[in-house]
Amino acid sequence: MTLDLLLQEGCQLPANVPARQVPVDAAQWIANAQRLHDQGGCLLALWGADDRDRDGVFRVFAAFLLPDQLVVLEHTLAGANPVYPALDPWFPVANRLQRALYDLLGLKADGGDARPWLRHGGWPEYLFPLRREVGATQSYANHPRPYPFVPVQGDGVHEIAVGPVHAGTIEPGHFRFSVVGEKVLRLEARLGYTHKGIAKRFEKLSLQEGHRLAARICGDSTVAFSWAYCAALEAVTEIELPRRAASLRALALERERLANHLGDLGALGNDAGLAFGLMQFASLKERLVRLNQEVFQQRYLFDYVVPGGVAVDPGVRAVRALLDEAAMLELAVPALRAIYENHAGVQDRFRDAGVLSPELARAHGALGLVGRASGVAQDLRVDLPWPPYDRLRPNRALASAGDVAARVQLRFDEVMESLRLCRSLLETLPPGSSQLALPAAESGRLGIGLIEGWRGPVMIALETAADNRVRRCHAHDPSWQNWPLVEYAIIGNIVPDFPLINKSFNLAYSGADG
Amino acid sequence: MFDILNRVRRNGILSEALPELEQPDAAVEKLQRQLQAVFGRALRIRHVDAGSCNGCELEIHALSNPYYNLEGSGMAFVASPRHADVLLVTGPVAVNMEDALRRTYDAMPEPKWVMAVGDCGACGGVFGESYATRGPISAVIPVDIVVNGCPPTPQVLLRGLLQITLQRQP
Ligand code: SF4
Repeated sequence: MTLDLLLQEGCQLPANVPARQVPVDAAQWIANAQRLHDQGGCLLALWGADDRDRDGVFRVFAAFLLPDQLVVLEHTLAGANPVYPALDPWFPVANRLQRALYDLLGLKADGGDARPWLRHGGWPEYLFPLRREVGATQSYANHPRPYPFVPVQGDGVHEIAVGPVHAGTIEPGHFRFSVVGEKVLRLEARLGYTHKGIAKRFEKLSLQEGHRLAARICGDSTVAFSWAYCAALEAVTEIELPRRAASLRALALERERLANHLGDLGALGNDAGLAFGLMQFASLKERLVRLNQEVFQQRYLFDYVVPGGVAVDPGVRAVRALLDEAAMLELAVPALRAIYENHAGVQDRFRDAGVLSPELARAHGALGLVGRASGVAQDLRVDLPWPPYDRLRPNRALASAGDVAARVQLRFDEVMESLRLCRSLLETLPPGSSQLALPAAESGRLGIGLIEGWRGPVMIALETAADNRVRRCHAHDPSWQNWPLVEYAIIGNIVPDFPLINKSFNLAYSGADG
Repeated sequence: MFDILNRVRRNGILSEALPELEQPDAAVEKLQRQLQAVFGRALRIRHVDAGSCNGCELEIHALSNPYYNLEGSGMAFVASPRHADVLLVTGPVAVNMEDALRRTYDAMPEPKWVMAVGDCGACGGVFGESYATRGPISAVIPVDIVVNGCPPTPQVLLRGLLQITLQRQP
């Protein structure tokens, strides 16, 4: 089957972007993955579902991002010994995705790394929590096990173990450095410490409640995830979002991008020895979240996006205040940028640190900001624009050096572009309602929400059950793709540069751990 | 260098530069004075993320920005639990963090206080108790004070820090 044929075979999938769902057998699963790879597609997400209660089988899904659409392959596995063909030979990110899928659901890939990823010993080895027979609130004795890191041998090589609790106020993860002197030969990360069983939790919720949990998958991307959830639900119920609601959601999404970028720019300055930058940017960020509180009644916009629209509709005065703030930032950010760019010490730390080459970024399917700083021209707001981005026409920021400096430059560029988008959204805010009541959803339907958050594409795959309940909900954060790239970017750098390099990626732990 | 100094001079003391925010700022200032009276300049804080969504961390970070100026009131975050008086714990205690949380707590010298931060720390929040989470922080280590909110605002966090010490006054 050629790719074109494949795409004709499948059926359209309810989503906020063009998407198709294609049922395949094991041979087609492999053949198509290979073809999608050759056509420049990247593996976005991999998840499974226990449908033994319905038709006696498990299902495994793989979502691929193509330049013009999302393709979801669906493969059915017999209930007794569920094994599916591994995808990691073509898509390196599949490695960890396959391990996570096994830990949660017991679907086994026929190759790749077999070490556990999410299960650190908190539940028994042959218990798969996402299976339907496992109770949602059941808990187990904890037997944490040591993790077999890949050892590096040679003269003078030693290991530095860091985490899961770090020196600063950041999320937990473990990093194992193999070093000679202070030079890093290899870094291996072990994550999964913040795994909260979110997918299982979703199955206890009604479709109308799910957005609150989605908003808490990753706190700094709350707008992106709750929008993705609501987009999936709205696609399944086939409603059209009021134009005003879409614009307000985009406004919230861009403000989330601004808040995170401003925070990161400050922290990056600080990590490079310029505490002044931290204080300046932290002040700007605080002003932004205070205005969020005033206008949207939530500093970080938690629960702002709700099914059918948004929670708060700002009045005329609020629009004025938001425009004034944009004007303030349009002056302040370029001034600080000039200071960063003219500061020899800062530039010395930024340039050539933590290089991720465009070839490597492409081969590993780097997503979002990290990809764009290494020449991967992908931004869903530009490539697959959903309303209101179809009329906004955002400009894509791009750099190719792939070092810390490029990731800083990208953040500056995206701040300015987000400010432009906010301005345009506020000046052309459509009249009308910002909330719509959702009709009841049909049972057994799958919908996808795909949103370009500040880190990159976040995806929610939502399947409905009877009585307006969630049957299955899978969330994907772009950090899955980008975490392994930190391990490459650090090679050959010195250990003391790790905080700076890691911060320039600023990936999610909670978002990826689930 | 001149640019930097110029910017610092122009920005001035930020909490005074925002007239529309006078109310909350005055409250923060008062709190900071009280904190200083209680702690002298000695309170050291260690934070552990026991599986939070990272929302609570955003607000803990905000405590250090010029508006809340935590360090100005004598408190500071430290890199090791061995240097800490107070442990701020966020999240619904992911089982994968249970062991690390216990060990961090054990590493702190006496006397020590624990503040459970956010709805998750209070009761497990939206995540509750499951195969992957233990629910409230108090299910794993002794907790002295609970600060609700999802996430709690910096003011609420500051208030919680003050209350902790008042509770323990002889
Ligand atoms: S209390 Fe809310 S903000 Fe804090 S970790 Fe829990 S879900 Fe996130």
